[in-house]
Amino acid sequence: MEVTCSNKGKPHFSKLCKFMRKMNVATISDAVCNAVQSLNFHTPAPTLNQLIKVRDTEPSPAGRQAMLEIVENRVIASQRKVPMCQDSGMVIIFLQVGQDVHFFGGDLNAAINLGVQQGYAEGFLRKSVVAEPLFERSNTGDNTPAVVHLEIVAGDKVRLNIACKGFGAENMSWVRVLTPADGIKGVKAEVLRCVLEAGPNACPPMIVGVGLGGTLEIAALLAKKALMRKGGSHNPDTRYAVLESELLHQVNCTGIGPQGWGGINTALEVRIEFYPTHIAALPIAINLDCHLQRHTEVVL
Amino acid sequence: MFQLRPPLSPEIIATLRIGDVVLLSGTIYTARDAAHQRLADAARAGHSLPLNVAGQIIYYVGPAPTPPGKIIGPAGPTTSGRVDVFTPPLLQLGLKGMIGKGKRSPLVRRALQQHCAVYFLLVGGAAALISEHIKEVAVVAYHDLGTEAIHRFEVEQLRLVVGNDCHGGDLFEQGQAAFQQAV
Repeated sequence: MEVTCSNKGKPHFSKLCKFMRKMNVATISDAVCNAVQSLNFHTPAPTLNQLIKVRDTEPSPAGRQAMLEIVENRVIASQRKVPMCQDSGMVIIFLQVGQDVHFFGGDLNAAINLGVQQGYAEGFLRKSVVAEPLFERSNTGDNTPAVVHLEIVAGDKVRLNIACKGFGAENMSWVRVLTPADGIKGVKAEVLRCVLEAGPNACPPMIVGVGLGGTLEIAALLAKKALMRKGGSHNPDTRYAVLESELLHQVNCTGIGPQGWGGINTALEVRIEFYPTHIAALPIAINLDCHLQRHTEVVL
Repeated sequence: MFQLRPPLSPEIIATLRIGDVVLLSGTIYTARDAAHQRLADAARAGHSLPLNVAGQIIYYVGPAPTPPGKIIGPAGPTTSGRVDVFTPPLLQLGLKGMIGKGKRSPLVRRALQQHCAVYFLLVGGAAALISEHIKEVAVVAYHDLGTEAIHRFEVEQLRLVVGNDCHGGDLFEQGQAAFQQAV
């Protein structure tokens, strides 16, 4: 039988190249180098306003004191161009590459890590990455490698969602697979359990990222993606948006408060991302972020 | 607001209650995981410690690199719970204060009452602000430990919150209970 799927008669790749957008990987290095420094020094206005609002409305005296320090620290870090925290984080990048982009000038992954290396050296940021997790745990010395999640999408843009993730909060995160019968009640119980176990260690007021569905690894990725979502945003599906609000209320009823010193602001936001899953499962991952929320989006 | 300057006397410590805001000036010492291990080993072996902890304060910190022209890099608190096992013997030797972030073990809380000592809190992640109040830095012991060596800090008006007092008070426990609501 003749194969029906054929590319015969279509223009050769080299002829298509003129429609492709060419991008030097050095552009990526520069974007990463600038972003990691900016994320560690500066606070975007909406984030600062959010923290000021919490400071001014927190009823707990100790919680308010913690917020006072948190806001003042942001201002000083930005003025002096020093890192806001000594844990300047591990670099995590969700990289979306438009399928019409052609990179030149070297290896893309090497370019990303060059940006990390330069940014952490120039900014006097702490190098917090070890080469392997168990035996020697020797420091790589330049905060590389970054954790990179690559996705090919339509178009000719390159979108980088970059985070400098502190591990006080990362350490308190986890993933597990519930059964469908656990349902909404089960999801709520897991989120609450995670936050209560984390307590002061996740440096509240925290952001709670929840990944639902997919598989074990997809749930974890979704939880991380939720943390990278724009501050103040809700899931476009209203059912999940309502659940986000309910979970936030529930988390803030724990009384943990800023830094765990007591109060009504344990989390600033709960964000949920979801994906289709198997009839037999309800995977859930909960990824916590500290009050620093060091993430940004760069579109090239 | 309390103004404190080490060495701390039991009388002063007895006046402090959880949630109190304290302004600390004077000399404090740094130690985290590795330095605590060495202090404990020395004490167990009957050797004298490289610093006299009587009346003093230890800050749990490992500063980030010092940029040119600066006294110190960002120097925020690390999680105190990791040195809990080493703390009671130091309190027995007369250590009066500790600075860190996060909860302490029941054993440490009992030892604070027993030896009339206090645990202060700094905000995790407020490293830039904290470093502004550190005016002088010198390494006093275990040079080879790098950022984990024991440093002497001269601090000025460093703002702290009392997390555990010598009366059994615990800010985490009582703070959370006070603001807990039924869902």
